[in-house]
Amino acid sequence: MTSATLRHTIWILRGNPVTAIAATGALALCVLAIIGPSIVPYDPIASDVPNALQPPSAKYWAGTDQLGRDVFSRLVVAARLDLAIAASAVTLSFALGAVIGSLCGYIGGRLDRYVGRFVDVLMAFPLFVLAMAMVAALGNRVENIVIATAIINLPFYIRFARAEVNVRRNAGWVEAARACGDSHVSVVLRFLLPNVLPAMAVQVSLNLGWAILNAAGLSFIGLGVSAPTPEWGIMVAEGARFISTGKWWLVAFPGLALMLTVLCFNLLGDGLRDILDPRMRT
Amino acid sequence: MNALAAIAPAGRASADGPPLLAIEDLHVAFSTRGGTVEAVRGVSLSLRAGETLGIVGESGSGKSVTAFAVTRLLDASGRITQGSIRFRGEDIARASAKHLRSLHGAAISMIFQNPRAALNPIRSVGRQIADAIRAHEPVTPGEARARALGLLKAVLIREPEKRLDAYPHELSGGMCQRVMIAMAIACEPALLIADEPTTGLDVTTQKTVMDLLAEITAARGMALILITHDLGLAARYCDRVCVMERGRVVEEARPATLFGAPRHPYTRRLVAASPTATSTIADLAVSETANPAPEEAKEPSPLVGEGWEGGMPPAERGRSTVTGMQGSQAHGGLTPLSLPRGGREEPDSPATALRPAPNQSPGAPLLLECQKLIKRYDRDIVAVAGVSLSLRAGESLGLVGESGSGKSTLSRLICRLIDQSEGDILFDGRSIGAIPARDFHSSEFRKDIQIVFQDPTDSLNPRFSAFDCIAHPLRRLLGMRDGAALSGRVRECGARAGLPADLLERFPHQLSGGQKARVGIARAIACRPRLLVLDEPTAALDVSVQAVILQLLDRLRREDGLGFLFVSHDLNVVRMMCERTIVLQNGAIVEEGESGRVFHHPRSDYARTLVAAVPHFEAGPAA
Repeated sequence: MTSATLRHTIWILRGNPVTAIAATGALALCVLAIIGPSIVPYDPIASDVPNALQPPSAKYWAGTDQLGRDVFSRLVVAARLDLAIAASAVTLSFALGAVIGSLCGYIGGRLDRYVGRFVDVLMAFPLFVLAMAMVAALGNRVENIVIATAIINLPFYIRFARAEVNVRRNAGWVEAARACGDSHVSVVLRFLLPNVLPAMAVQVSLNLGWAILNAAGLSFIGLGVSAPTPEWGIMVAEGARFISTGKWWLVAFPGLALMLTVLCFNLLGDGLRDILDPRMRT
Repeated sequence: MNALAAIAPAGRASADGPPLLAIEDLHVAFSTRGGTVEAVRGVSLSLRAGETLGIVGESGSGKSVTAFAVTRLLDASGRITQGSIRFRGEDIARASAKHLRSLHGAAISMIFQNPRAALNPIRSVGRQIADAIRAHEPVTPGEARARALGLLKAVLIREPEKRLDAYPHELSGGMCQRVMIAMAIACEPALLIADEPTTGLDVTTQKTVMDLLAEITAARGMALILITHDLGLAARYCDRVCVMERGRVVEEARPATLFGAPRHPYTRRLVAASPTATSTIADLAVSETANPAPEEAKEPSPLVGEGWEGGMPPAERGRSTVTGMQGSQAHGGLTPLSLPRGGREEPDSPATALRPAPNQSPGAPLLLECQKLIKRYDRDIVAVAGVSLSLRAGESLGLVGESGSGKSTLSRLICRLIDQSEGDILFDGRSIGAIPARDFHSSEFRKDIQIVFQDPTDSLNPRFSAFDCIAHPLRRLLGMRDGAALSGRVRECGARAGLPADLLERFPHQLSGGQKARVGIARAIACRPRLLVLDEPTAALDVSVQAVILQLLDRLRREDGLGFLFVSHDLNVVRMMCERTIVLQNGAIVEEGESGRVFHHPRSDYARTLVAAVPHFEAGPAA
C-alpha cells in the first residue's frame, strides 16, 4: 500500500517537473524553518553598528541592515516564524471550515442558509482590512495574527467543503453506508470528509502562500510581530526607508524570499491533487 | 469481415448505385497512460440511402467510437490510424475541419445518448433548432423560427407554439430527445446517427421516440445508423444489424436471421443472454457453464482515462463481456474459504436454477408488510400514495414502474433510509416504521434489511478498496474487528458473489462494471440479511453481465432463503426473477399478481401499455 503510494507519487512528479521543483522548494523551506537558527553564520538579533549597511559580499551574503545585523541570517531565521504563522492559521481554518462546510452541505436547510449568509457577510469586507481590524482589536500579538488570518480564510473553506459535500450527499455509497449501519454523523466524518480532503488539500497549498503574504503584510504595517524579531514583512518595512539611498538588498532579499515561498506553495497545489486522488492511480 | 459482408443480405433499400456510406478497414486508437488502446480494429460496413443499420454490442465493443469516427468527433486522444470512411464516395476520414463543419448537420447529423446533456440549458429549444438551421442555410431569424415550429410539429410535440420558447429543463427526457431529433433533421441530412437514443428513457417513451424516428427517416429517405445495446430494439427497427465485439464486426445480417440463427459464438452468447418474453433465468445461458475465451480469463490491468465518449472508460473495453464468467472458477478455487452454510456452495447448473425456492409456500411467515405507506415531499408532491404490500420469507416480489412512479422512494422507505409521511412498515411482525430513519442504523433490524443499488460505480466509496467495502457492514453491524475472522468472512462473501480474492485489494475505479456490481452484492449479503432490496441492480450493466448477475442473485436467494424486493423497469427481468409482481404508477399500485399472469395477461391498461412497449426479438432455436 505504502510503496504503491510512493510509486504513484514518483510517477506524478516525473510527469510534472514543475511540481517536483515546487515540492523540493517547499521541503527545503520546511527544513530551513526547523534547523535554520542553528546553522546561520551570525546572530540575527545582535547589532553590530560598525558594520551597518554593508552591501552583499562574501562575508555578508545578503548584506547587513542599519544596525549591522546580517540580512541572510535574519532571512533564514524568519522562515520559521512566517511558516509557523501561515501553517497554524491555515490548519485552523481548514479544520473548522471542513467540518462546518461538510455539515452545511450534508444537512442543508436552515443551518446551511444561516452559515451561508454569515459567510457572505464575512466575504463582503475587504479581507486584509478585516484582519487589520481584528489584530488591532485583539491585541498586537502573534497568536492574534494567526486567528485573524484563520478567520478571513474560513469562508473559502466553508464554501469549498459545502459544495464538495453537497454534490456527493446523494451518492449511492452514502446511502450504502447508512444501510451498513452508519449514522449521519459518521457518514459525514468517515465517508464524505475523506472524499473531500484531496480537493481541499489543493486549496490548502494555495492558501499557505497567501497566508504567508498576509502575515508579512500585517507585520509590514506594524501589526503583530514587533521590531527586533526577524520576520520578512518587518524586514521589508524597515528596509523600505533605505531604498531611496540605493540600499536595495534590505528590501530585495526578504521580498525575494516571500515571492519564492508563495510561488512554491502555489505550484505545489496542482501536483498535490493528482497525488492524493486515488482515482488517478492505475 | 469482407466475407461476412458478402454473405449478408442487403437491406430494404438495396437499390443500385454506390452506397451512401462505406467504411473500410477502420482502425481507431486512443493514447492513454497505459499505452495505446485500439478501440476499433478493422471495421468495414456500408449503408445505402434510406437504409436503417443497427450496430449492437456491449460497452467497449467500439460501436460508439465507430460513430464518433464517422462524424470525426473523437476526443483529442483518439485518432483514426487506418482505413477510410467514404461518404457519397468521398473519403472523410482525412477531410479538413472546415469541410467537416459543412457536412455536420447538413449531410450527417447525430443524436446523442443523453438528450438533456446535449441541449444547451440556457437557450430556448426553438432558438437551438433555429441555430442548427442557420448554421447551414442563409435564412432570416423569422424563417428559421417558422421552420423550427414546423420541425417541432413533425416530431409530434404537443403545443409546439408554446414549447418553442421552453428551456430544456422544462421538458421531460422524452421531449428533449424529440427536440434533439428535430435539430438533427433540421437540414434534411442524408445520414442520421443515433447513439443509444433511448437509453435512460422509460420503455413507453422509448417506443414513441423510436416509432417517431423510424417514421421520419422513412418519410424523408434518410439513412439511419442506430447504435444500441438492446437487441430487441435493433430487431424491431433495423433493416440490417452488425454485431460488434472488441472493435470488430463479428456478424452482419438481417435481424430475423441474426437473432433467429446466430452464427458467431459471440452473437450466440449475446442472444442467449438477452431476456425475452418467455426466457427463464436458466435460459440466460451465458452462464458459468459456458467457456470463457481463454485469453480473457485473466483480467488485464485496468487503464484509466477521462473524457471518453459514450461514458465508457477504456478499462471497460473488452472485459465486461466476460467479467461475470469467472464466477465458477472463483469459488471453485476458493473452496476452503467459501463454505457458506455447511458447504452448500455448488456450481450453478440449470437444474439448480429451476428448483423452486425453498420456503415460498403460502404458509411461510410474513417477512415484510407495508400498510398504506405515504411519502410526501415539500410543496405537496406525493411520491408514494398509500401503498400496501406484503412479502413472505423467501419470496421474491417485483416492483415495476416508470420513472416517477415512486418505486425508488418506496424501496428507500422500506430500507428505512427515509421516513414515511404516513403508514407503517412491519418487519417480522414488528413495527419498524416507528423507528425514525435517522436512528435505524442502530436498530437490530438494520442488518436484516440490506439494499443493492442501481449504479455499481456510484454505490462504492471511491476511497474504499473492495475489501473495505465488503468489510464495512461487518465492522459496523456485527462489530467484527480486523483479523483473520473478518478477512475470512470478506473473502467468503466475495467468493459467493463471484469475486476472486485477488480483486479485493482493488479500488472501485480499477474494477469493471460487473465486478463492481459483485462488490455491491457481496456487501449486501455480508451480514446475512433476510430481506434484500434490489434497486435496479442490473440497469447499468451489459446484457451478458446482467445475465450472470441475475443468475448469481437467484442462486443466493435460494441458498439463503432471502426475501427479494426487486425493483426494475425491465419487465422481462422482473418476470424471470420474481414470483409476484406489483405495477406502480404515480406512487400507487395499479396491478398486482403472479408474475407470469401480469406479463402475459395484464388486466390494467397501464400494465398493458408497459408490456406492449417492450421491444422483443423472436429468439429462434439459439444453439
